Amino acid sequence: MSNSQNKKLVVKSTTDNLIKIRDFIKDSAASSGLKEDAIGKIILAVDEACTNIIKHAYKYSVDGEINVAVKSDKLKFTIQITDSGNHFDPENIPEPDIQKYHKQKKGGGLGMFLMKKLMDEVSYKNLTNNRNQVTLIKYIS
Amino acid sequence: MSDFNVNVRGVGSVSVIDVKGYLDAHTAPDLENAFNSLLENDQFKVVVNFNDLTYISSAGLGVFMAYVETMRENSGDIKFSNMQDSVYNIFDLLGFPVLYEFFKDEVEAVNKFSDEQ
Repeated sequence: MSNSQNKKLVVKSTTDNLIKIRDFIKDSAASSGLKEDAIGKIILAVDEACTNIIKHAYKYSVDGEINVAVKSDKLKFTIQITDSGNHFDPENIPEPDIQKYHKQKKGGGLGMFLMKKLMDEVSYKNLTNNRNQVTLIKYIS
Repeated sequence: MSDFNVNVRGVGSVSVIDVKGYLDAHTAPDLENAFNSLLENDQFKVVVNFNDLTYISSAGLGVFMAYVETMRENSGDIKFSNMQDSVYNIFDLLGFPVLYEFFKDEVEAVNKFSDEQ
């Protein structure tokens, strides 16, 4: 049986917290009725979102905060990740050209694309007080 | 216990990198260091053995993207072996199978280098 839940994790913007974030998502998703394959996809999508925040929004500054909120009901599993770092416009991020990136010896730019492939819905929003929020949704079928 | 481990060993003229645990933005620099050491020693033929790798994010895939062209420019390559399905699926989602050779077994990957000569 799936139960509705509401959970929250707040961590500093350092890459050593990624494992903590993944464990939090794994535990939350496990009690939501999602299948193992879907849980794996959600964990990776959240990792990618938080990695982007650490790298791009906070530019590796360790003082930033990442707020991960999880909500689930019978129909869907929703993760909202909020930060107070630099804004960015997702419309300005191109679809990655993997072959071109290889030629350019470029080692990044895949995270947003991967999130879209892994989740059913991905959306970005600017909140008040200079906060940014990304919402990831996986349907529970 | 460390969440990621990287070990480099020589098999003939090929360097085999064993990766273990979780490869993410936190641990990817360890793998970059391994590749930098290989370049310093002019080692361009590389097999990455994924047997003990349980998780990879795009930060990990990015390391291969950043180094493979350099290896190929020097008559080498990066080939992959022993990958679990859950890890392979991520490479597949991003279209890596058309750009890299994947082998079930490390020996096949190592031997492919001698076949290419």
